[in-house]
Amino acid sequence: MRMIRSFVPGLLLLFLLVGFVPVAQAQDDPGQALLESLATESYAEKSEAIEAIITSGDERSRRWLEELLDGKLQRHKDSGRFVIVVENRGRSWPVIDALSFDDAGEMSRRDLDRIGINNALRGQLQSALAVLDLYTDDVDDRREAARELLGSMDATLVEPLREVIADEGDAEVRRLLEQGLAIHRLSEGDIDAIAELEGSLNSRVRAALNSAARSDDPLIADAASAALDDIEQKRRLNSGLETLYFGLSLGSVLVLAAIGLAITFGVMGVINMAHGELIMLGAYTTWAMQQLLPGQPGLALVLSIPAGFLVAALAGIAIERGVIQFLKGRPLETLLATFGVSLILQQLVRTVISPQNRTVVSPDWMSGSLMINEGLSLTLNRLFVLGFALVVFAGLMLVMRRTRLGLEVRAVTQNRAMARAMGIRATRVDIMTFALGSGVAGLAGVALSQLTNVGPNLGQNYIIDSFMVVVFGGVGNLWGTLVAGLSLGVINQVLEPWAGAVLAKIIVLVFIILFIQKRPRGLFPQKGRAAEG
Amino acid sequence: MIPSSVYRTSRWLAVPLLSAAVATPALAQEDPIKVGILHSLSGTMAISETVLKDTVEMLIEQQNEKGGLLGRELEAVVVDPASDWPLFAEKARELLAQEEVDVIFGNWTSVSRKSVLPVVEELNGLLFYPVQYEGEESSENVFYTGAAPNQQAIPAVNYLHDRVGVERWVLAGTDYVYPRTTNKILEAYLQDEFGVAEEDIMINYTPFGHSDWQNIVSEIKDFGSQGKKTAVVSTINGDANVPFYRELGNQGINASDIPVVAFSVGEQELTGIDTAPLVGHLAAWNYFMSVDTDTNYDFIDAWIDYTGDEMAVTNDPMEAHYIGFNMWAEAVRKAGTTEVDAVKDAIIGVAVPNLTGGYAAMMPNHHITKPVLIGEIQDNGQFSIVWETPSTVAGDAWSDYLEGSRDLISDWRKPMECGNYNVVEGSCGGGQADAAAE
Repeated sequence: MRMIRSFVPGLLLLFLLVGFVPVAQAQDDPGQALLESLATESYAEKSEAIEAIITSGDERSRRWLEELLDGKLQRHKDSGRFVIVVENRGRSWPVIDALSFDDAGEMSRRDLDRIGINNALRGQLQSALAVLDLYTDDVDDRREAARELLGSMDATLVEPLREVIADEGDAEVRRLLEQGLAIHRLSEGDIDAIAELEGSLNSRVRAALNSAARSDDPLIADAASAALDDIEQKRRLNSGLETLYFGLSLGSVLVLAAIGLAITFGVMGVINMAHGELIMLGAYTTWAMQQLLPGQPGLALVLSIPAGFLVAALAGIAIERGVIQFLKGRPLETLLATFGVSLILQQLVRTVISPQNRTVVSPDWMSGSLMINEGLSLTLNRLFVLGFALVVFAGLMLVMRRTRLGLEVRAVTQNRAMARAMGIRATRVDIMTFALGSGVAGLAGVALSQLTNVGPNLGQNYIIDSFMVVVFGGVGNLWGTLVAGLSLGVINQVLEPWAGAVLAKIIVLVFIILFIQKRPRGLFPQKGRAAEG
Repeated sequence: MIPSSVYRTSRWLAVPLLSAAVATPALAQEDPIKVGILHSLSGTMAISETVLKDTVEMLIEQQNEKGGLLGRELEAVVVDPASDWPLFAEKARELLAQEEVDVIFGNWTSVSRKSVLPVVEELNGLLFYPVQYEGEESSENVFYTGAAPNQQAIPAVNYLHDRVGVERWVLAGTDYVYPRTTNKILEAYLQDEFGVAEEDIMINYTPFGHSDWQNIVSEIKDFGSQGKKTAVVSTINGDANVPFYRELGNQGINASDIPVVAFSVGEQELTGIDTAPLVGHLAAWNYFMSVDTDTNYDFIDAWIDYTGDEMAVTNDPMEAHYIGFNMWAEAVRKAGTTEVDAVKDAIIGVAVPNLTGGYAAMMPNHHITKPVLIGEIQDNGQFSIVWETPSTVAGDAWSDYLEGSRDLISDWRKPMECGNYNVVEGSCGGGQADAAAE
């Protein structure tokens, strides 16, 4: 995936590293010999071969290292020719020549030998590439590279890195590199290095200090422990914030899953056991959209938002017209019938699409995390879902409070006969409301496709939680659902570290049961005459 | 009650059947050999088990093309236990009592196997179980073609300790019998063999289908920044792995910092994941699709042709069925009959080629010999093999690292014929073995 960045500064470094200028290229191609030495079973020999490539100064070395890192550098078994695999799925792979980078047609995977690497070699390659990245123009790339090098510097890098630091314009890169050098010095027993590492929340710095704290030299051990105490204190605050974020994020998932149910169950009073499957349909819509727009996962995801809403809303209308309207006022039958619908939908997906989970790709802007400081970073996909949940909630509040549909829904649910007498078409309102609730479930599915598995069982995992949130928050109250979802999420995440995931779930469930015993109408009970109905 | 009418009907039926048999020579001179397939085609486990059903059907088709077995055609009898553990027992009874199948290939989860076990033993059936499991079991009627802990977990831990230099261990698993037993074995092994201190082992269990991994991953990250090389040994089951790995990627834990070695993640599971952030994480199996042998490529080609899907993947339990099916066929040929007791005796010692270029032999304890491979995840959802045992390892039914289980051996040959023989007490101890397994 990495693009070839500028070669020239990288080359400069390669020369700096060893002060070695390549001899004029002799006979055939020296590249063949360099690659040949990689084709060995022994990882120690491979490591030496990689070192040889780095120091060779060959201008193709960067590409080779990158392809080797990606597992794309392969050797044709019979001819010994080295190729780079362009696409390694399926039986026959398009390849290019590893020496000339010219197109070399297709080769069967039977005939190719992959140059395998293990994690140790991967580390070596990543450091080598990171060193080259320090010379790029892009500040973000340089910071990334400096972070990568933290904790993995050895003696050969010290001198070149000092020169890099001297020329570096960005303070962050300088700081990271100096920290890295300090870790290196600490590992060689330099006690002054500890002062430079004080207060850093980076986990590699902590790892270095922790091993220094176990050092035989009492002076170093004490100094490292003291520095660690300080770091631990800062970390405690950060981890508190982190837990809060985890809780809000889990809560936002619960809110998303439950908010559609808050409309169909809370406002309309229909127990829809197929709610989870409507979520699933939303998630599958995202998958289908990504299949339609290959290579553009971001755009597909954005388009899935309206599409997921529509698909789930249409399915909701079908369920309402096909099943629920005939069972008005008979909750038990509704429950059983919609449970049947949920099984039908699950098996339908299994038969039509596949019983296997589907891959939904996260767009780049949703992968990774947003670094607040070195001890606290917020994962981006969850940050987006949190925001999305709030937007959906606000949108739904707007619909219910400010539009004619919302007004009619409230009128019909409060007093159906009176509303009809006022000229509201109650049946149409039923359909619209159910479609709205279902559509929102579809939106939840689009969001969940970024967090969890997209498979036939997706809905089942959320249906119980959804009912729990709605009941806890107070049936018929959207604010209640929001508060209940977020607070259950936070409670769960606070409990989890010391109770374990299994027990935390049980404790939350017991808590809700006790709470409902005390306040049967939930956190925010409906007030007024509507509550009696 | 009405034998005469039944008799009459069957006589009437026999006439066209006989004439049909005369018409087609060679095959179908006798009744077909019935092969029962007991894999979930719906419910949670359908994701893993449907391919195994297809695998056995493909193997039966191939065998029939080769002329069947003992001159008889093979016929698959497929039932769907729907990921419902008690239903597994009912369906097994249906296969053995009503369909009268000669052999069953089936089950995935340990709890479903435990549910089927009494039925297979009562009705004297044959069951081939293709999935890696926790051990501590050896039944006369079950053949375990998946890995026992000493064929997967122990070698993987050895690799991490010896080659990667891991000193701190996170044992993370789904909360059920396989991870709990495996982790108990591993904990004892780490403490006894490598002298790992208690504070250097973190054990964590999560429910089935767990999807919110934020806190646990954050804990692992914290646990791993104590200055000692840390690894995660994961017995997390099935699709809970996807959000787990995704969270690892998002919190910036890569394989060079904290490698995760998984025992339940194979090619099939990776088809549901964008593997780019997972590159370098490990899995321990006895087979990988990327194994570079001609038998393997032939198997893959046959599988692709059978499924008609150019991107179809193969995995370890499929190889286990491939081995188990061929072993059974070989034993039937050797015994000259499909009669259960004869096949049971004949199969011990049978060796058939596996897909990794060697042979798998059935041991007297009903486990088989397997090579152990460690692979690293690649960006195309395949594994690159980084290490393998120099020779095959024989499956050990009773772990040597658990109190009460280490004295037990299993040997189903005559005259011992015992699945849990206590070498210290010199007796075949039924009840004790159960207690040891707890």
